[in-house]
Amino acid sequence: MRPPREHYREVVRRTPFHSRTTRANELNLWHRWRDYTVADAYFDVTLEYTALRNACAVFDISPMTKHRIEGPDALSFLNRLVTRDVARIGPGRVGYCVWCDDGGQVIDDGTLFHLQPGSYRLCSQERQLDWLTRSALGFNVSIREETEEVAALALQGPTSCTVLRALGLDGIETLAPFAMRTYALAGAELLVSRTGYTGDLGYELWTAPAQAEALWDRLFQAGEAYGIRPMGTHALEMARIEAGYIQAGVDFLPADRAVRVDRTRSPFELDLGWLVDFSKPNFTGRRALLDEQRRGSRYRLVRLDVEGNKPAKDAYVYDDRRNVIGAVTSALWSPMAKSSIALASVRMPWGRPTDELWAEIYYQKELKWNRLNARCRVVKGAFYEPARRRLTPPPAW
Amino acid sequence: MTEARPTVVIGAGHNGLVAAAYLARAGRRVVVVEAAGHVGGAAVTREFAPHFRVSAVAHLTHLLDPVIVRELALERHGLAFARESLRTVALNPDGEAVVLDQRAVVAGPVAEPDRAAYAEFMVRMRRFAAVLGRQHRRVPPRLAWERWTDALPAAAVGLDLRRLGREELREFLRIVTMAIYDVADEAFESPILKGAVSLDAVLGTRLGARSGNSVFTYLHRLSGAAWGLGGPSLPRGGVGSVTDALAAASRLAGAEIRLASPVEAVLVRSGRAAGVRLAGGEVIEAAAVLSSADPHTTLLGLVGARHLEAEFAQRIHHLRATGTAAKLHLALRAPPAFRGVAAEHAGERLLISPSATYADEAFNPAKYRQWSEHPVLEITVPTMHDATLAPPGQHVLSAVVQYAPYDIAGGWDAARAPFEARLLALLEQYAPGIGGQVIAAQLLTPADIARDYRIAGGHWHHAELAIDQALMLRPVPGAARYATPIDGLYLCGAGSHPGGGLIGAAGRNAARVALGEEP
Repeated sequence: MRPPREHYREVVRRTPFHSRTTRANELNLWHRWRDYTVADAYFDVTLEYTALRNACAVFDISPMTKHRIEGPDALSFLNRLVTRDVARIGPGRVGYCVWCDDGGQVIDDGTLFHLQPGSYRLCSQERQLDWLTRSALGFNVSIREETEEVAALALQGPTSCTVLRALGLDGIETLAPFAMRTYALAGAELLVSRTGYTGDLGYELWTAPAQAEALWDRLFQAGEAYGIRPMGTHALEMARIEAGYIQAGVDFLPADRAVRVDRTRSPFELDLGWLVDFSKPNFTGRRALLDEQRRGSRYRLVRLDVEGNKPAKDAYVYDDRRNVIGAVTSALWSPMAKSSIALASVRMPWGRPTDELWAEIYYQKELKWNRLNARCRVVKGAFYEPARRRLTPPPAW
Repeated sequence: MTEARPTVVIGAGHNGLVAAAYLARAGRRVVVVEAAGHVGGAAVTREFAPHFRVSAVAHLTHLLDPVIVRELALERHGLAFARESLRTVALNPDGEAVVLDQRAVVAGPVAEPDRAAYAEFMVRMRRFAAVLGRQHRRVPPRLAWERWTDALPAAAVGLDLRRLGREELREFLRIVTMAIYDVADEAFESPILKGAVSLDAVLGTRLGARSGNSVFTYLHRLSGAAWGLGGPSLPRGGVGSVTDALAAASRLAGAEIRLASPVEAVLVRSGRAAGVRLAGGEVIEAAAVLSSADPHTTLLGLVGARHLEAEFAQRIHHLRATGTAAKLHLALRAPPAFRGVAAEHAGERLLISPSATYADEAFNPAKYRQWSEHPVLEITVPTMHDATLAPPGQHVLSAVVQYAPYDIAGGWDAARAPFEARLLALLEQYAPGIGGQVIAAQLLTPADIARDYRIAGGHWHHAELAIDQALMLRPVPGAARYATPIDGLYLCGAGSHPGGGLIGAAGRNAARVALGEEP
């Protein structure tokens, strides 16, 4: 008889990099991400962020939920699942996707890796095995969660390409955004994708858990001369807001968790209309989204440039007549944009570029609460988007 | 000039033919495609032994919509009844049977208080059932109202209920989700009365007498009260004569009926039903497609889940549609003699369900995919009224037999013989000597019905009849008003409101929706 699995005894797991992240975590600051312990910060949030924007930083993304989708119907299954046309994501390419319920409300977003013809990896913030399995009715696909089987690091920042070259990944500079390539590193397979959650030049490195520690060590060795630093979730959070990226559970409520009907958002309402392709075959949410397109959306996600230097965290958003029209979902003082920036969800029709919006900001100074009404300007696109993010080859360091 | 694309109706069962007839009368070019070599679906008369014919699946009409009979002039097309409003004979293992109609106890050992109670019970049940029956010809109301007119159908249902008056409405609401066992237990003392009422509640369902919802199914069975119908009837020549008449009416209206033309797929282009592909590859391009096949077969089989959205596909997948009713056909060399039944009642509808407990316990094995050792039976001997079905002097016995679950453990190949033997032994108890009269026997299990009549799960309602699968929830939300999420594809079969039981209203309502006659 096989001995019973003892996995449940470990309530919160350690990532394959835990021995290294523990050593690096001078602040001993941790939190739980899904089933795993990860670092909030390693030595100083600001300096970790600064490393990311000026040199490079390493973030342990192993806890990210990863699903493997394979089989003869993998493409048609995925095309029915997500709103964009998966047929256009060729082998060796990665695509950012969202998927919706029948009501056209976003369940989650994630990145889809076309590993080999007919074999895909879907990475998401939330666990999606249940939804994927239920969506698979009538499709000849195999779906499994492979979170535990893959160790992964994000290496992000202007020197990241140079570091990977120093690591011995020849030709990495030719890897285009949203492309991936497999390398052999010290006899082990390493998958490198030019992807990330920082809006900067960056890569994600995928390997077997057994190779994790060696990868970490080699990477830090190769990066020593290029300012490599470990980075925790706090610094990453700053970067993703600057990039204007949304996060499940923060900027939108996953539709399968919502109880109240008006709490969810459609792709259009999250400024992700560019991901919705009505010309491709049927997908879940299609009818509702067509309907929404016809009737108009209820909400709009806006990126706000907020006057002053106080982060507009949790602020109500008002129109010019002091009517509440929405709320900020993510905000910070952006060191790169040199501005107070925010993501907010506002009721339609507000959020047009010409609208005068106001954020009601509460902040403390030495335990005294202050209130501020700050004028907001609706901006298009990312708050910070360096050219290197899209250049191939990226500028050498 | 090419002729306009036809509206294709899948299946020439009663609902498909009703839909075809109404569509054709409205001027649509209609092509009905039927897999079998004859019309009728599960409302068909078939020879099951040389010179013996029987209503093969459905064997009585108790809800056939009189409006359809009139509007389509079915009587002019050959529909006639050998006997209308059959009485019910509740067989009594211990003596004289109890004879009932839908108003009173006609004969038998029932004490006076129970006779009064039964009459009172039936008045109330028929009143409640009429509320249900009044919904049959209506497209179920919308739950989301965009215009004030959208609220009217729901308001009409509300008004029907309100008209019951406060006391009766309260009683209706109290009992409608209950188990028939408890309601019958409140009403009568006589076990045999309770048993008869229980059988009518559970017939054709996957419910026992103690299952919730069985009052609802009982009311559905009585819902012809809305139209003044008083009980089950025997069409002359079997129920196939209903669908033969419907086919004649459809053809007269201009519909083309193509037999032996099984549909392999409903073609979907850009979210729209563009036509059907027949086995063999022929494609019929269509302006619209109405399917009288069951929802599983139509949406997951012919359309395919990939053309549906994930949650909707799951709802269809989880639709409860597992049949438990088998059919037993006997060719008899002499009229059967049931114990305790006077000669004048020998041709009525005979029930084996001597108590509510019996009707509940009969169901227990079905929960565990076993057949009932002590099944309930609804027996007719149509040849008592209709000489067209058997050689002179000889008879046909047709019985609905429960419980015989579609998904029997170990498969029906192994279970068929012992179950059939058990049925004959049980009949022998109630009609001593019947075994010696049998010339031929045929048992149709739900698995046979599923295969021969192309009904997934072999359920005669195509989907379990229950409050959670009724009205605006039937078969599932998102397809309850006959239109499906595939534009131009409509459901028009028993799986849609108001269900099976040879009503025809699903076909008529669906045709109205497809014709744009419903807002």
